[in-house]
Amino acid sequence: MALAQADVLAGLKEIVEEVAGIPAASIELDKNFTEDLEVDSLSMVEVVVAAEERFGVKIPDEAVTDLVTVGDAVNFIVNAAK
Amino acid sequence: MSRRRVVVTGLGATTPIGGDVTTSWSALLAGTSGVRSLTEEWAQTIPVHFAARVAVEPSEQMERVELRRLDRSEQFALIASREAWKDAGAPEIDKERLGVVIASGIGGVTTLLDQYDILREKGARLVSPHTVPMLMPNGPAANVGLELQARAGVHTPVSACASGAEAIGYALDMIRNDRADIVVSGGVEAAIHAMPMSGFAAMKALSTRNDEPHRASRPYDLNRDGFVLGEGGGVLVLEEYEHAVARGAKIYCEIAGQGLTSDGYHIAAPDPDGAGVQRALKFALRDAGLTTKDIVHLNAHATSTPAGDVAEANALRAALGSDADHVAVSATKSMTGHLLGGAGAIESVFIVKTLQDRLAPPTINIDDLDPAVTVDVVRDKPRALPAGDIAALNDSFGFGGHNVVLVFKSI
Repeated sequence: MALAQADVLAGLKEIVEEVAGIPAASIELDKNFTEDLEVDSLSMVEVVVAAEERFGVKIPDEAVTDLVTVGDAVNFIVNAAK
Repeated sequence: MSRRRVVVTGLGATTPIGGDVTTSWSALLAGTSGVRSLTEEWAQTIPVHFAARVAVEPSEQMERVELRRLDRSEQFALIASREAWKDAGAPEIDKERLGVVIASGIGGVTTLLDQYDILREKGARLVSPHTVPMLMPNGPAANVGLELQARAGVHTPVSACASGAEAIGYALDMIRNDRADIVVSGGVEAAIHAMPMSGFAAMKALSTRNDEPHRASRPYDLNRDGFVLGEGGGVLVLEEYEHAVARGAKIYCEIAGQGLTSDGYHIAAPDPDGAGVQRALKFALRDAGLTTKDIVHLNAHATSTPAGDVAEANALRAALGSDADHVAVSATKSMTGHLLGGAGAIESVFIVKTLQDRLAPPTINIDDLDPAVTVDVVRDKPRALPAGDIAALNDSFGFGGHNVVLVFKSI
């Protein structure tokens, strides 16, 4: 099932806000998970698992290291859902 | 070189009778019970339907994001430590001279059990990555150490229900031995869950007075039938005396000594002769340079179990001799329930307040004093303590035969 980029971003914002307490308004495509949003490695695992559940996609562990920015994650999820 | 003296310069607590020290202390003097029926569905499925939950939920004292990464025991540790640190004036200190010793009897047991439920119901992928840092017994101490950036050492002694007192004693040693100038010390427990409660119930250790929860914790009463499980924690900021004076800190009292022994008798039952308790008390007084004549108050372990209360009272009478006649004994578990690894810590907080206000808190729910109890129990309302130099004791014992006695004295 194809997912719209805007929908994925909105969903990810909610997840990151829930997991890391970052206000959704400050989460944008170019934000770096660790440097800008202070999502540590343990919280990143939570974000990934929650995203898999929400979007019905599989995000392998080896792919997670490449998800540096929010945009990277959105693109990965959109492509994985195609 | 003379021995380094150690004083108390900060207090913090979250207990079944109050979300902080001031509220808890007022409720204690007023004789308020913190024991209530549990509202959770599981409570009806086990033999004991009540416990002493904290008066103020951590969700009212912490941010949501912080809450979800911390076991409940860790939440209690941070809440009490923040209050204690602030009370101490948030001292400026070289972090390499700052330590943390916070104990827990059981650690993150609700995290362990909740995550096991998730593992069985949803699979390994859904087990939280925060599970291990949340369930480890040193988690409360580690989180406080992290927040304060303590670098002199972060420790977690474990000795069941003596853990909180042992932690404070360990902190005393750290300062005496010149490893640190300030140590944040105490104990926490968060074990109100069907599984540990079922375990205690299976041992016949818990009261089953389901129809009258607030009357269930009744140390020294003839019809006591077991302890009431409580939760929460207490924290004391211990500080080297000269260090405290130099920064103009508010000094509550001195922590003057400790005595530790073990029974070598039984894994759970108290030694009826109380020899280990007597030795611990003797060592503690010697360590403090005091005698039984100096002691005016004792906050007893007295958990409301049939065997434990009398064994303890007999040991105290034997160790204090005729001087027991001027020791006002308070069993505050009658109001807070038994916080296991947090017990010795909140009771030490109460002793510090007792010395400050010169008021020994009451013991509630004694309708008929057990005639086998031969110590002078403060009943129903607070009792004034004498002016001048006074000292008080906290004794704590744990499954495994651990005995800890701490000595606090006015300054």
